[in-house]
Amino acid sequence: MSRRRHSDENDGGQPHKRRRTSEPIEIEDRLESLICRVGEKSTSSLESNLEGLAGVLEADLPNYKNKILRILCTVARLLPEKLTVYSTLVGLLNARNYNFGGEFVESMIRQLKETLKLNLYNEALYLVRFLSDLVNCHVIAAPSMVAMFENFVSVVQEEDGPQVRCDWYVYAVLSSLPWVGKELYEKKDVEMERILNQIESYLKRRQKIHVPMLQVWTAEKPHPQEEYLDCLFAQVQKMKKDRWQERHILRPYIAFDSVLCEALQHNLPPFTPPPHSEDAVYPMPKVVFRMFDYTDAPEGPVMPGSHSVERFVIEENLHYIIKSHWRERKTCAAQLLSYPGKNKIPLNYHIVEVIFGELFQLPQPPHIDVMYTTLLIELCKLQPGSLPQVLAQATEMMYTRLDTMNTTCIDRFLNWFSHHLSNFQFRWSWDDWSDCLTQDLDKPKPKFVREVLEKSMRLSYHQRIVDIVPANFSALIPTNPIFIYKYMDESSSSLPGYPVTIAISNAIINRSSNDEILTILKDVPNPNQEDDDDEGDSFNPLKIDVFLQTLLHMAAKSFSHSFSALAKFHEVLKILTDSDEGKLHILRVVYEAWRNHPQMISVLIDKMIRTQIVDCAAVANWIFSPDMAHDFTRFYVWEILHSTVRKMNKHVQKIQKELETAKEKLEKQHSRRKDSGDEEEDKNSDEEDGPLEEQIERLQEKVESAQSEQKNLFLVIFQRFIMMLTEHLVRCETGGVDFNTPWYKNCIERLQQIFLMHHQTIQQYMVTLENLLFTAELDHHILTVYRQFCALQM
Amino acid sequence: MSILNALRSDSYVDISQYRDQHFKGNRYEQEKLLKLSCSLYVGNLSFYTTEEQVYELFSKSGDVKRIVMGLDKVKKTACGFCFVEYYTRADSEHAMRFVNGTRLDDRIIRTDWDAGFKEGRQYGRGKSGGQVRDEYRQDYDPARGGYGKIIKK
Repeated sequence: MSRRRHSDENDGGQPHKRRRTSEPIEIEDRLESLICRVGEKSTSSLESNLEGLAGVLEADLPNYKNKILRILCTVARLLPEKLTVYSTLVGLLNARNYNFGGEFVESMIRQLKETLKLNLYNEALYLVRFLSDLVNCHVIAAPSMVAMFENFVSVVQEEDGPQVRCDWYVYAVLSSLPWVGKELYEKKDVEMERILNQIESYLKRRQKIHVPMLQVWTAEKPHPQEEYLDCLFAQVQKMKKDRWQERHILRPYIAFDSVLCEALQHNLPPFTPPPHSEDAVYPMPKVVFRMFDYTDAPEGPVMPGSHSVERFVIEENLHYIIKSHWRERKTCAAQLLSYPGKNKIPLNYHIVEVIFGELFQLPQPPHIDVMYTTLLIELCKLQPGSLPQVLAQATEMMYTRLDTMNTTCIDRFLNWFSHHLSNFQFRWSWDDWSDCLTQDLDKPKPKFVREVLEKSMRLSYHQRIVDIVPANFSALIPTNPIFIYKYMDESSSSLPGYPVTIAISNAIINRSSNDEILTILKDVPNPNQEDDDDEGDSFNPLKIDVFLQTLLHMAAKSFSHSFSALAKFHEVLKILTDSDEGKLHILRVVYEAWRNHPQMISVLIDKMIRTQIVDCAAVANWIFSPDMAHDFTRFYVWEILHSTVRKMNKHVQKIQKELETAKEKLEKQHSRRKDSGDEEEDKNSDEEDGPLEEQIERLQEKVESAQSEQKNLFLVIFQRFIMMLTEHLVRCETGGVDFNTPWYKNCIERLQQIFLMHHQTIQQYMVTLENLLFTAELDHHILTVYRQFCALQM
Repeated sequence: MSILNALRSDSYVDISQYRDQHFKGNRYEQEKLLKLSCSLYVGNLSFYTTEEQVYELFSKSGDVKRIVMGLDKVKKTACGFCFVEYYTRADSEHAMRFVNGTRLDDRIIRTDWDAGFKEGRQYGRGKSGGQVRDEYRQDYDPARGGYGKIIKK
């Protein structure tokens, strides 16, 4: 008997058959479906599908012209990987119906203006590229496209406006050339030459301060990590030298050349780039991620070179596929693996490179990290005979290059690797990595292996890790995550406070009240106290120690037990940690007791912040305190700090949202009254608005207070970084020692990481940061990081 | 525009056919809650899988608010399922997309939307105290107490 219930009848589910009716809605849906899915899953060729569809749409134009226009504009904007399919379709329609072609071009221009206004720069890019491909389809006259490109490039002459604005317009021109370079050069070579020269001189003079901050590897070998505009320009130059030959892009319109060249072309209306405005948010610059070249794929098709335009096109298309299908990993993997033209390229290598490129992208990956892990697993399932090997090869390569890998990327690498291994019984050729055993533990390779094993343990258990690595790896195995109870037994009886721990344990077992517990704690001597006129309410580190050690020991069994304990004695803990010193000390006690179990420390701190036993600034201060210096480069510490900053940010956002909602409500109330034309408006308005206005005022205060706390948190973090780094640099200078130690590299990159991970929030506080902290007197090594960060939006 | 729907297929986030028989309310109410829920049921765990392991894995899709380990009603020991609750719907959707169907403790786990934890739901509903599926299954699964109860009898 099945325990599953079937869904109810007539619950609005899908009908089995789509009846051919003349219902407009159904026809519109059908049009959408036809257009979106053209060429998919068909036994006929793409060309005959396009021909057929063009015929259908032509027939529907009299009644559904606007709908068809809208659909085509939308796919142009959102399906860049099918660009040439749809441009061909538009070409065919234009050949059959000149007016429609003109209206389509007009709609596209309108859309382009809209997307630029709304800061949708990626979509705007696809629109520009689509327009340029329409030149190939004889819909748009080449000279008018060149004119648009001339207007784009003239942006670099503007007086005001950030560099990233000029960058986008230059990129829009360059990235269209793989599709239309040949055609434009054939028709207007003088103008195009001028455009390229202008671009070249712009690229020579533009600032590239941001590049080191965005590079995954700082080394030039084996593959230079190039700035994205430089790389693309080199690719275009090479293509030009090759007489604009481009062999990779699928161009269905070639098959229709005889039809299309009969069509009349349209001129693009003159397009002036909208002026720069304060709320414009241009895309950030990028560095091109490269980890493979033709020497890495041993057999089969050759990988296109790093400056070949094919490389650019392949990478763009693979990125688009991920962008379209990231939510559905099976579909995404299947789409990636069925990339058209896959027989001419080492597709697995391209896929792995593009995926890691996204995962390691700075500041942030385009999608959540775990998506890439799952996608790679899915790909391994679909290509079990080849993809795992490429992945292993990639892992090995990244391991050998750890010395020059950005710390943030190492974090993501080890997170990915440990999670990946946990899906494959942790099978790995650890012996291949035994070279790390002879190095100091603070060097990148042994450090990496240690952190991987620690993360792997979190997904399994200690003995498992002992079992999976060779015996000689024992120094890198994480500690057994057991609680360290200071007041364990008789041997600790000499410790001050020991007798009270017994009393506390009994009190907890006997379910004593909070007051009773506080009374017991009064007996704990205060090592800080000089005189005894105090009632015992001031900060007493030993009290915190005695109570918390005992409590956590009793609750050590699991996370749930510990959380229950914190909740149950929340009041006591709040009282004990009333001061800043108290908050700092509770963190110390947690650390001392659980230092074998970083994961537990992390979740306890999370709970304590959320229940306001400690605040975010206390956590930041604790991490930077001398107590934590020896663990300062460990991954878990930074997990905690970033999690803390994120909680702070989310808290501010939440209250801001509440304020906005309340304001909107008030707005609605006002307009409702206006609409109803209430004569007694004044009398009612006070009554109605009063409580809401009060709420808004309260929320306003809450927002200001939260923002103040947030600003303070960043100030604390940056201040501490500056202090630590300055100290180190000064010490090295006076001692005549090289400052660039593994510790230093870690520390300076962690500072970078704070900027990169929270760049949107930090932008709000730039003025304060510049005036208070990142002043000209600072050591230039530290100031450089700040300047690189500023360069990201300049 | 429904083009966006066609282009943004997100089937991993859909609710399944399962409906909790003990849910207090009608089908419609349950489905409404499922579509807004931030809570997930997680099944096919090993009896030895710990709360810590669940935390680590599910934290990859967002901040975990709470985990409730499923218990045998009689023995009060882990019986192979749990509930994971997130602070936001978005984070739980990521779990449905990227954690569901992957391995935890070497086993492929399955996640599904849950209408929300209520006291009592942490217990197995099988006659012997564990989960129903362990009452009737015929295979040998060392991580789930060996043979199903029906074989043991």
